[in-house]
Amino acid sequence: MSVAKPLPHDSGPLHVSGRARYIDDVPLPANTLHLAFGLATVAHGEIASMDLSAVRAAPGVVAVWTAEDLPFANDVSPSVHDEPMLATGTVHYVGQPVFLVIAESHLQARKAARLGRIDYRERPAILTVDQALAADSRFEDGPVIWEKGAAEAAIAAAPHVIEGRFDMGGQEHFYLEGQAAFALPAEGGVVVQSSTQHPTEIQHKVAEALGLSMNAVRVECRRMGGGFGGKESQGNALAVSCGLVAHLTGRPAKMRYDRDDDMVITGKRHDFRIEYRAGVDETGRILGISFRHLVRCGWSQDLSLPVADRAMLHADNAYLLENVRIESHRLKTNTQSATAYRGFGGPQGMLGIERAMDHIAHELGLDPLALRRANYYAEAPGASPPDPQSISTTKKQTTPYHMEVEDFILHAITDRLEAASDFAARKAAVATWNAGNAILKKGIALTPVKFGISFTLTHLNQAGALVHVYQDGSIHLNHGGTEMGQGLFRKVAQVAASSFGVDIATVAITATDTGKVPNTSATAASSGSDLNGMAVKAACDTIRGRMAEFLAREHQTIPAKVHFENGRVFVGGDEIGFAEAVARCYEGRVSLSSTGFYATPKVSWDRKAGRGRAFYYFAYGAAVSEVVIDTLTGENRILRTDILHDCGASLNPAIDIGQIEGGFVQGAGWLTTEELVWDDRGRLRTHAPSTYKIPACSDRPRIFNVTLWDGENREETIYRSKAVGEPPFMHGISVFSALGAACAACGPHFPDLQAPATAEAVLAAVKRARGAA
Amino acid sequence: MNDIAFLLNGTPVRVSGDDPTRTLLQWLREDRGLTGTKEGCNEGDCGACTVMVTDAGGTRALNACILFLPQLHGRAVRTVEGLSGPKGEMHPVQAAMVDHHGSQCGFCTPGFVMSMAAAQVNGATDHDDYLAGNLCRCTGYAPIVRAAETVAGTEAPGWMAGALPEVGAAPFAPTSSDELAAWYAAHPDATLIAGATDVGLWVTKQLRDLPKVAFLHACADLQKIERDGDRLRIGAGVTIAALRKAVAGTHPAFAELLRRFASEQVRQAATIGGNIANGSPIGDTPPALIAMGAVLHLRKGETRRDIPLEDFFLDYGKQDRAKGEFVEAVTIPASAAGLACHKLSKRFDQDISAVCGCFAIGVEGGKIANARIAFGGMAGIPKRAAAVEAALVGRDWTLATVTAALPAFASDFAPMTDMRASATYRLEAAQNMLIRYFHEREGQAVSVLEVTP
Repeated sequence: MSVAKPLPHDSGPLHVSGRARYIDDVPLPANTLHLAFGLATVAHGEIASMDLSAVRAAPGVVAVWTAEDLPFANDVSPSVHDEPMLATGTVHYVGQPVFLVIAESHLQARKAARLGRIDYRERPAILTVDQALAADSRFEDGPVIWEKGAAEAAIAAAPHVIEGRFDMGGQEHFYLEGQAAFALPAEGGVVVQSSTQHPTEIQHKVAEALGLSMNAVRVECRRMGGGFGGKESQGNALAVSCGLVAHLTGRPAKMRYDRDDDMVITGKRHDFRIEYRAGVDETGRILGISFRHLVRCGWSQDLSLPVADRAMLHADNAYLLENVRIESHRLKTNTQSATAYRGFGGPQGMLGIERAMDHIAHELGLDPLALRRANYYAEAPGASPPDPQSISTTKKQTTPYHMEVEDFILHAITDRLEAASDFAARKAAVATWNAGNAILKKGIALTPVKFGISFTLTHLNQAGALVHVYQDGSIHLNHGGTEMGQGLFRKVAQVAASSFGVDIATVAITATDTGKVPNTSATAASSGSDLNGMAVKAACDTIRGRMAEFLAREHQTIPAKVHFENGRVFVGGDEIGFAEAVARCYEGRVSLSSTGFYATPKVSWDRKAGRGRAFYYFAYGAAVSEVVIDTLTGENRILRTDILHDCGASLNPAIDIGQIEGGFVQGAGWLTTEELVWDDRGRLRTHAPSTYKIPACSDRPRIFNVTLWDGENREETIYRSKAVGEPPFMHGISVFSALGAACAACGPHFPDLQAPATAEAVLAAVKRARGAA
Repeated sequence: MNDIAFLLNGTPVRVSGDDPTRTLLQWLREDRGLTGTKEGCNEGDCGACTVMVTDAGGTRALNACILFLPQLHGRAVRTVEGLSGPKGEMHPVQAAMVDHHGSQCGFCTPGFVMSMAAAQVNGATDHDDYLAGNLCRCTGYAPIVRAAETVAGTEAPGWMAGALPEVGAAPFAPTSSDELAAWYAAHPDATLIAGATDVGLWVTKQLRDLPKVAFLHACADLQKIERDGDRLRIGAGVTIAALRKAVAGTHPAFAELLRRFASEQVRQAATIGGNIANGSPIGDTPPALIAMGAVLHLRKGETRRDIPLEDFFLDYGKQDRAKGEFVEAVTIPASAAGLACHKLSKRFDQDISAVCGCFAIGVEGGKIANARIAFGGMAGIPKRAAAVEAALVGRDWTLATVTAALPAFASDFAPMTDMRASATYRLEAAQNMLIRYFHEREGQAVSVLEVTP
């Protein structure tokens, strides 16, 4: 069976030879137009006057459009129609598209876009969390508050109260392939190729902008050069522009952002300030805890509400909190509209409590790992050797949003990782090493991850597939998920191959296409293989069932006695090749094409009340990182990382390990070198790889051990696997925690390390540990 | 005739030089339809556009996005489309990348395989250094390095060998410093382009038109490193990669600084002359060169003059260079065992310094006999720490002396706050670098890069 094999990425041979095609590689018709946006240069202001004559006069320019030139909806918001594609009177951030240049070449469009002369009546810009709070600039009427138990009373009654506040930065996606789209005019509509995680959303927005029904727009995406959430909604503006130009001019249109434009225009991970206050007993057990999340959402709503929700949903991480209050402020600022990014708020919420754990351990002089264990949810029965805390013997344990935690396995994972990474001995060795080194200090930490799997907007938890079996026995596979490098297409093809018992080479993987599978959800929330794998399996099983029925009738047996294995079909006592079986079915006038559909069971969630089963299940894992810092400059690096991660029964261990390694390094980058800097006029100063530093090759841990937990999902997911896209990202928190420990080795005080832990932030933390102001 | 002639994947091509600042990447993708070479950043920072370029000096990996077509004249270019064997068989690095799951989204992959293939040709096995200029956002690099390790030490496949084209004189490119001097004196408003790792961005990012240009890569006499007694004269056209190799044994700290200079692709193109002449306050080599007492050789027409390097940098964006005058060479001591260089940046590799401090302090009989200390990133120019030096010279070489000298930093420098670091941090880190230098000389472990788990 193809499932569970470590097969390489389906596009591997294409990637390494340059033959894998991305939007910018599509051969263009000769009369293709190229587009670029002219961008706002102030963070907040009314457009007093706009002189675009130089733009229009520039070589190669065919037309220049402003908001007034758009015939129908001027909106690229994925949520509440608050995001004009071209500014209408007021600009809300530096980098907001104001006009659209349509030219004969990409370079001509870029050059002309810089020639606009716009005068603004500037208005005060709200850039920071403090400014937004002071101005009560926010989405929704007030903060969202979820509560379980009585946090304030429990904190007040607790023997120890530990409180703190820290800032964590946002993160640029830095997908290597920038945003891009291409549209061809078609009869009655357009065909759009888009680098998007959400073809249906592109279809919807393009149709809206063209004043057409969705059936007039077809959107296709074969692959993206990375997405990470940054292509869930941020591709809308390009696709809509191309669709409009193609539709209105009758010429093909292409748009791709230059890297700097991409970073200046598009949204990033939300930065957060988190304030926490915990009441704990002598053993460090949390009796009550409250969190205040201050979320900088940027100028439009985009996906900020569900992002901020998911941060709240992960405020507990792995810990049973009986009395907890979470308050979330979704602040509106004159900056890029923060958007989806791997983890979707989860990492920020999780870092909040992991940071609180380190703080509590420091204040009470407790071992941070023992403290974490003491606060863990109880282990699910059967997850590991009999556990005295097993939940079968205690009352139901619930999350802060009242969902029962039934599948907790972090006790066992932690035990195994602790042993495998030689944690205790290494921790002692770090202490010894630190005693002998005045200038350099090491730190080591183990942090857990419990991440909820499902879209919190319940209706998104559905997927469709379309499978054809051709008369020669070859299989054509299509589903609603998109490929951004995560190996989804390979995994889903493995599902299809397994279903028919054929070799993986029999299955042709095809581009995601709204004309084949409609009404798809974004490939997001780690849901790709869970949802689409099941939908594909349903489609395959339908066809296989029809084949079995026909072949059984032919062989005068029953369908249950027809088996598909190793490229053969076993019918009663007979055995024929799969292709031959298909040919016979075809001749027997059996339908060899089917759709498949899947809707995740059990989930039900009331986001207003903060109650319900938000997730079908949780994915788990833990990481140990060891780091070293220079106490004179704050320079730091990761020395070793060990990760044990739960993918259930892995559909493809090689792909899953790749997701874990890559997710970890990206998570570590978020918390170390990746710093977004805006100046006091709201201009993003880090808008290229020269100034925004994602991890480079040597930043990965020298020793990097990743192991898959050998369990299976307790829920009936596709072959009992678990989602893997986002959860490993949060293993990067182990690096942050270890850096905090290294800083703490410099003095008696809590170092209060801020994120990202740049060299500058680490040096500041070292000084705080030593008691300097 | 301004045609540019070179080999593209073994096939001779001729390109009009009408637009001398058209980049190889634009030409490959737009004119030739060779879309395997990707545009990731268009500024030489991500490596997605990496190609192999071979000339008489050997094979190197270069960023096609900031490589102008005239720079290719007489060379052989190999893109990812030309990597497989004659029968379509995968190159060993391609096979290793597939086998080790080294690609996920695949967009950076062509650049990686080209860097790895170039490394194989050159027998390089320092993967972290060789791949520092290739960014990957998906894999976390682990499987890519595994792939690189399986290829390390193996022979490049036979089909990678190839002849160079027979071509005539290079357009826009003087072939000697004399020719350059005469031409530049006559065209003082022209732009001189050596490696194009900086000027390239004027074109790709600032979208500037450069009406008059001269390329310096054909000036062979500018590419020499000559030993003259206890001095080393480095031609302005020497690449950072060549310099790094040349000083590895004699100037270990300088060589280590050069290891962290940008990336392999940039080091193979960028020149020492360019790094000096562009006058950047955060160029990596000037602080080290100043600390070593480098002398700069300037030339205009037939007039030459020598000045201490620190005198070249007058103010932000302003150098002591007349119109039509160019950097011909720089001279440094033939060895610099005592030099220490501390580069501080957000990321260790392929990053620009927030602060770069270089120290050359002579101690005789327990007393500080002489001191040359220079910093980048602390002022509008690379600058000597004169007050700090004065606070040290003549005193005992002790931690007390060093500590007493720290306040002098504030008289030497009033650094700025920007996206790389705050002013306060810059000043404090600079001071701490002196402390670190003291401990380093006393034999303490001071580098996080040398710590093992």
